[in-house]
Amino acid sequence: MINLNAVYALLLREAKIFFREKERIISILVSPLLFLFVMGKGMATGHSPVEGYTYQQFIFPGIMAMVILFTSITYGLYIIWDKRLDFLKEVLAAPISRATLFLGKALGGMLGAIIETLILLLIGAAFIIPLNFLKVLLCLAAAFPVSFMITSIGLTIGARMKSMEGFGLVMSFLTWPLFFFSGALFDLGTAAPYIKVISLFDPVTYAVDIMRIIMLGRGTFPAWLDLGAIAAFCLATAVMGVAAFGKLQHEK
Amino acid sequence: MAAIKTTDLVKRYAEVTAVNGVSLEIPEGEVFGLLGPNGAGKTTLISMLATLVRPTSGTALVAGRDINTEPLEVRRHIGIVFQEPSVDDLLTARENLYLHSMLYGMPRREINPKIDKMLALVNLSDRGDSFVKTYSGGMRRRLEIARGLIHSPKILFLDEPTLGLDPASRKAVWSHIRELKEAHNTTIILTTHYMEEADSLADRIGIINQGKIIELDTPEALKKKVGQDLVFIRGAVNEAAIKALPFVKSLERDNSRYKISLASSGSNLQALLNAAGTIDEVEVRRVTLDDVFLKFAGQQISEDAEEDAEEHAEGIFERIAVNKSTRR
Repeated sequence: MINLNAVYALLLREAKIFFREKERIISILVSPLLFLFVMGKGMATGHSPVEGYTYQQFIFPGIMAMVILFTSITYGLYIIWDKRLDFLKEVLAAPISRATLFLGKALGGMLGAIIETLILLLIGAAFIIPLNFLKVLLCLAAAFPVSFMITSIGLTIGARMKSMEGFGLVMSFLTWPLFFFSGALFDLGTAAPYIKVISLFDPVTYAVDIMRIIMLGRGTFPAWLDLGAIAAFCLATAVMGVAAFGKLQHEK
Repeated sequence: MAAIKTTDLVKRYAEVTAVNGVSLEIPEGEVFGLLGPNGAGKTTLISMLATLVRPTSGTALVAGRDINTEPLEVRRHIGIVFQEPSVDDLLTARENLYLHSMLYGMPRREINPKIDKMLALVNLSDRGDSFVKTYSGGMRRRLEIARGLIHSPKILFLDEPTLGLDPASRKAVWSHIRELKEAHNTTIILTTHYMEEADSLADRIGIINQGKIIELDTPEALKKKVGQDLVFIRGAVNEAAIKALPFVKSLERDNSRYKISLASSGSNLQALLNAAGTIDEVEVRRVTLDDVFLKFAGQQISEDAEEDAEEHAEGIFERIAVNKSTRR
């Protein structure tokens, strides 16, 4: 069912294109860095719900999740470019299953997200929060399933979209709400009830929380709940993604 | 064994029947030309054989595998050059070929030598490491042909392989196609709008119209059906006298110009001119595949405007159908 050679080939293509488009690597980091250095530092009176940390340090794990969210969603939607670049026509005619194609694309998205995560971790370790090697490693490890589930969401939507015009809509109606309701910028424990309820359905909530547990030692939920929720979202989004890829067909 | 054997293939979209019961057999090593007016079903037929579109009913064996039950196996044994460009602009030619080879499961150590060989075949050796976005239309086409061939398919589908190419590139593509047939005995299914192309390349030609194969034979035999020579006469022609001649196959009148099809001109020409009456102008030429096409699919072309509208509609229906039908 899954052809690993083909997955490798697809991943290789994504890696090559990712490193060739360096502007993209930088541009995706702009919004998160604005939040981190302008809002994080500008709200001088903003206090951290976790004792012993500044507000900037408190939102850093949330910004980490934001980077993964933005990179992964954007990557997923980029499959529309594949359609326009004719690349998709070739892979849809190839003797590989749609699950193979989906996995190759998802891994490509994860690669991008992991690299962006690493860049932000290095920036964070240098300017914001003391991080040891183990914490960096744990953050990267957590970034794998998180980026997988969000890339899958992006690919699912991208596979159904017809043109790049929908991009703005997805950003406004999906990406930003996912980010704001995740509690990346505040403590969910003391938030208004409607925010709490909505946040439970937001996969990014659990990504923020697990990052916070790793970096600050305290989160809203226990770690097992975060990991369980992320695993469940991974499974659900993968099923959705493979189904959406199954419906991709050759267009004349 | 036949390379391709279709049994009553049908593809129906919401309001259009694109392919309406096609049964044909294409032996191994044949170059088969598929001709037809726009929207006749050429691309749909090829798409079904290449397992890109699922037939509404009927089936086909391609390289001995069933397109309905073993699509991935079929894909492994065929190569496709699409009507529209499909190489990845963001990669180099070499990377495009590498990706393709991996997707088609070629053993890794064989890939690089094969890429060199294919680039040489299509005269792109010196540009193999350039990005495809820097390529001209002709170079892209050649790269696509190289890609369609790199996994040594038994059957190659070429959908309008020379569309939009300049005459020199077109000739180069033709010679590649001939080479393939001669050196590798590859079965080639070719659709084209250029009659000259079909005539010079194809062993047999199928003319498809409104989803049905209406004529199927060698180019020579098809031309014989129309006649061997065509005579165009302008003047006050005696129609009845001409029609009475035994070697006249048909006579058509277009204003004051008559188009007369002859079994063969030779000595008959003199007899024809004697019988014709007052003549202002005469032109004689051999029957070409264009004439064959016009004869068998001609009505369609004269209704071109309508046809275009229909084709446009078909495109939309296809897109809708695409969204509704599910594939692996």
